[in-house]
Amino acid sequence: MTMAQSPAQTLARYAPQITVFVAVVIAWEVIVRALNIPRFLLPAPSVIVAALIATFGTVIESAWYTLRNALLGFLIGCGAGIAVALATARWATVREGLLPVAIAVNSIPIIAFAPITNNWFGSNNPLSKVAIVVLITFFPTMINTVRGLTLVEPAKLELMRSYAVSELVVLTKVRIPNALPYVFNAFKVCSALSLIGAIVAEYFGGPRKSLGVYILQEAQLFRFDNAWAAIIIASVLGIAFYLVVLAAERKLIPWHVSVD
Amino acid sequence: MTPVVTLTNVNKVFGGGGRPQTVALKDINLQIEPREFISLIGPSGCGKSTLLRTIADLVPPSSGEVVVNGKSAHQARLNREYGMVFQAPVLFEWRTVLHNVELPLEIMGVPKKEREQRAREMLKLVELQGFERHYPWQLSGGMQQRVAIARALAFRPQLLLMDEPFGALDELTRERMNAELLRIWHETKTTVVFVTHSIPEAVFLSTRVVVMSARPGRITAIIPIDLPYPRDVETRESPRFFELVTEVREALRRGEERMA
Repeated sequence: MTMAQSPAQTLARYAPQITVFVAVVIAWEVIVRALNIPRFLLPAPSVIVAALIATFGTVIESAWYTLRNALLGFLIGCGAGIAVALATARWATVREGLLPVAIAVNSIPIIAFAPITNNWFGSNNPLSKVAIVVLITFFPTMINTVRGLTLVEPAKLELMRSYAVSELVVLTKVRIPNALPYVFNAFKVCSALSLIGAIVAEYFGGPRKSLGVYILQEAQLFRFDNAWAAIIIASVLGIAFYLVVLAAERKLIPWHVSVD
Repeated sequence: MTPVVTLTNVNKVFGGGGRPQTVALKDINLQIEPREFISLIGPSGCGKSTLLRTIADLVPPSSGEVVVNGKSAHQARLNREYGMVFQAPVLFEWRTVLHNVELPLEIMGVPKKEREQRAREMLKLVELQGFERHYPWQLSGGMQQRVAIARALAFRPQLLLMDEPFGALDELTRERMNAELLRIWHETKTTVVFVTHSIPEAVFLSTRVVVMSARPGRITAIIPIDLPYPRDVETRESPRFFELVTEVREALRRGEERMA
C-alpha cells in the first residue's frame, strides 16, 4: 500500500524515469546538431518547442476537435462493450457463440474501415471518426468484461451456492466486482486506442482543424517542425488520458493488488 | 435430541453416461449429534470432501438420504442452516475484513447497523479486532482463514462445515488455529464436521474421528476421542493422545490393506 509521500520522496521515486527522459532529449538535440541532420528528416527538440509556441493556438484547437471525438467514441464504445458483456453474462450459449467472433473481429485492423465510415457519414462529420473509435474500443472492452464476469474463482460460486442466493445476487456481489480490474485494463488499452483511431481516421480525410489533417498537411508542406509539435500534443493527450484512467482505477478499486 | 446430521445409505457415483464411473461414496451411514465435533479423515480420493459437500447440498448423492436438522439437506441449505469454511479462505478481495464477515448477513437482509455489530463480535471471537478496515491481501494466511471462520459463524448457524481449513498453514500456525477453533466451538456451541488428512489434528479437535478409505470411499472405523477438556499443548504431549493417534493411524492402515 502506498503511503503519503513527501515531494522529495516522489521526486526520488521517479528519478530514473526523469533521468532517462532528459537524457534522450539532450542526446536528440546534440545528435541532430552535430550531424547536421536536415529539418525535414528530424528537427531538434529546441526547434519543435519553438514551433509549438508559435502555432499553439491552432494546434490546441485541432487537438480539441480530435480529443472530443476520441472521448465520445471511447464512452460509447466502452459503454456498449460493458452493456453487451453484462447481457451475455446471463446466457452461456450466447456468450460462447459471441466471444470467438468478437476475438476474431478484435484482431482485424479496424482502422482500415476509416474510408468506409468517412463515406457513410461524410469525412467532415465528426461521427465518421467517432464511429471508428466506437468500433476500436467496443471489442476489447466487451471481451475483457466477459472474461472478468466469467473467470470467477469456483470456490466463490460454491460459497454463494451455500447461501442459496439467486443468479442476480451472484452477479452483483461476485461477478461484477470480480470484473472491475478486467474492465479497467480494457479502459487503459482503449484510452490509447481511441486517440490512435481518431487521429489515423483523420488521415483519410477530415476537417482542416483536426489533429490528423493538421499533421498531414504540415508534413506535406514540408513544415515538419509544426507536424512534430502537433505530434507532441497528441502524445501528451494520450499520456494524460491514460493517467486519468489510472487515477480512476486507484480511486474506484483500491483493493486491486496490481494497482501500483 | 434430534441429530444434526443423519446420513442413511448414502452413495455417490461420479461419471457414467459413456465416461468411466468412480464410486466416491459407498453405503455411508453416520449420525452426528448436537455439539459434536466430527473429523472425517482418510487418504486423498476417499470422498471425505464429497461427503461434506453432500451434507452441504453442494453435491447431490446418487442414492440414500441426507437429513440436516430434521429436514432434507436441500431444505437446510435454502434455510441457511450451516456455515461453510473451505481449504482456501475464499475472501472477496474487494471487501474489507469487516465487509467480508458481513457478507452472509447482508445476503440475509440483516440491517446495516446490526450486521456491523455482529461482524465486529465475530472478529473479536477470532481475535482479529483492529483489522476491520484491512483488505484480505494485507493479512497472513492464518488470519485470512480466521476471517473465513468469522464469516461462516456470523449468522450463528448450528452447523459448521469445514473442508481442510488449515491444510495450507504451517505446523505451528495450524496448532494455534486448532486451539482457537476448540475455544470457538465451546463458546458458540455449534456442531462441527471437519475434513482433514492430519491425524494429530483430527485427534486433538474431535469428539469422534470418522476414518474413511478410498475406492470406493467408505467409512471403515469410528473412533471416539476421550481426551479431557480443556485441551491444550499438554494434551498433545499426553500418553493418551499418542495412543489415540496410533489407533487412528492403524485404522487408516487397515482400511488401505483391505483395499489392496
